[in-house]
Amino acid sequence: MTSPGSSELRGNPYFWYRLMGRDEEGYDVYELFIGPQHPASGHMRIIVRLDGDIIVDAEPDIGYVHRTMEKLAEGREYLKNIPLFERATIIDAANITWGYVRAVEQLLGLEAPPRAEYLRTLLAEINRIASHLYGFGIAGIMLNHSTMFMWAFGDREVWVQLAEDLTGARLTHSYIIPGGVRRNLPQDFKEKALKAIRYMEKRLQDYERIFVKNPVIIARYVDVGVIKAEEAKRLGIVGPNLRAAGVRYDARIAEEYGAYPELDFEIPTREEGDAMARLLVRIEEIKQSMSMIKQILDKIPDGPIFHEKYYRMLPPKLKEFVEQTGRLKLPGAFIRLKPEPGEAVARVEMGHGEVFYHIVSDGGIKPYRVRIVTPAFRNVVLYRYLTRGARFMDLPAIYGSIDYFPPEGDR
Amino acid sequence: MALLDKIREALEPLGAKVEEVRPGYISVSVDAGNMRKAAQLLFSLGFDHVVSVEGVDWIKDKEIEVAYHAASYEPELHGVIVKLSTRIPRDKPELDTLIEVWPSALYPERETWEMLGIVFRGHPELKRLLLPPDYQGPPPLRKDYRVVEEGFIVDLTRKQ
Repeated sequence: MTSPGSSELRGNPYFWYRLMGRDEEGYDVYELFIGPQHPASGHMRIIVRLDGDIIVDAEPDIGYVHRTMEKLAEGREYLKNIPLFERATIIDAANITWGYVRAVEQLLGLEAPPRAEYLRTLLAEINRIASHLYGFGIAGIMLNHSTMFMWAFGDREVWVQLAEDLTGARLTHSYIIPGGVRRNLPQDFKEKALKAIRYMEKRLQDYERIFVKNPVIIARYVDVGVIKAEEAKRLGIVGPNLRAAGVRYDARIAEEYGAYPELDFEIPTREEGDAMARLLVRIEEIKQSMSMIKQILDKIPDGPIFHEKYYRMLPPKLKEFVEQTGRLKLPGAFIRLKPEPGEAVARVEMGHGEVFYHIVSDGGIKPYRVRIVTPAFRNVVLYRYLTRGARFMDLPAIYGSIDYFPPEGDR
Repeated sequence: MALLDKIREALEPLGAKVEEVRPGYISVSVDAGNMRKAAQLLFSLGFDHVVSVEGVDWIKDKEIEVAYHAASYEPELHGVIVKLSTRIPRDKPELDTLIEVWPSALYPERETWEMLGIVFRGHPELKRLLLPPDYQGPPPLRKDYRVVEEGFIVDLTRKQ
């Protein structure tokens, strides 16, 4: 079948008849195109086939913000790919670049010092909270709950601000680099972070009253868009969407990277697999992330934030600057990182789920091939699976509960 | 490592080359004809989903390497990724689809068809996914596709 949006179909008068015709299975099917200019999310289109108001099939038509990042990466030095990849998911920049950096570090045979691993974990968890709040807000507005949208986006600002205090940038931090991180912990950071956590704990109770336990939200979310563990495994779903179906899988426990092996945290799961379960898992993850931030700030070890091998290359004056300000300057040779020929894979748990990187190096200063599989791309199949047989009015609820982020899916 | 031995035992009768690239990363390469059998064996060993399907264009060898990265949701196999790969000729890149074994390969195979021009025989919807529907050029992730980067001022006289 040719894609309904293709130009040959648009010029074909039969295309319009087909829209309201019967399909091979005898359904009296109406085809409805939602997007790509969608009021809540945008950048994607859903082609919905309806029988009455029952969804026969919903096909995600993605790629509107595709940039062929994998190709662009082949033309850039290893370091320059970090700012490129973080633009796939700017709301979760630390986590999406961490996977890449982990793979590059394996190729270079490099390990970040412990303090740097803790700082990475700290930013990753701040990003996770911000990412969940972003998805929370979008899910709210898709149910016409504009208060939840305003609240979640407003409270996300707290975490974005915290990330800025740590890294100097609101969203695209480029904080995690091979061999370490780019800035040390600011002096007053712990105080600010604890204040943010106290605030968020209170706000989560407000959310519960106005949104989670709201009878309207319960009616729209409970038993809507159900996926069970077996099916979620079969389709290769990741992230909170998978854990809400009862599968206890998380790249943080699977790969044991960063400071996670030394932290005490739970992987929240639920059995129901419906939209409500996905929401509740995310809320639980926000709580876990806040507990992890507290632990990190309590037991973060002292020491360097950048690998000795490269730090040694800095001229004395720059070393002095780094010591005084806690801001790293990179040695000139760092741009020409040259890993041995070979390949490496890495997985990192983002807010949306697991991101996968596979890097093939031919020994040059640019990667020969970089493969990125983002959680949004792995979850896109849920549009098809969850919507079949649902009422059309449930589509926004399902759409919002998946927490799909189009630029991340498209790359 | 017990798992590595298990994979060796199961897959070496197919003529597979099994090696551990790094801890937790096992590479299995087979002939194109044995891909489905190898996938079924890996599936029965517990690798229940694919994380990625991809192609690497080895233009000097005139071959494309098609690689499936399989992983598992089972706790005892957490942290292990198996790369199942094969090399096929660049000018006739055809392969049987593995979606019957791993339904999670549905979208990634479609993407690999689009980005590297690999035809997965038996795949139900090899159609454009990420590129525009009227895209005409060669598959962009092949090495002979050149990315033309524009400067700040675009040269309007240059033909596309």
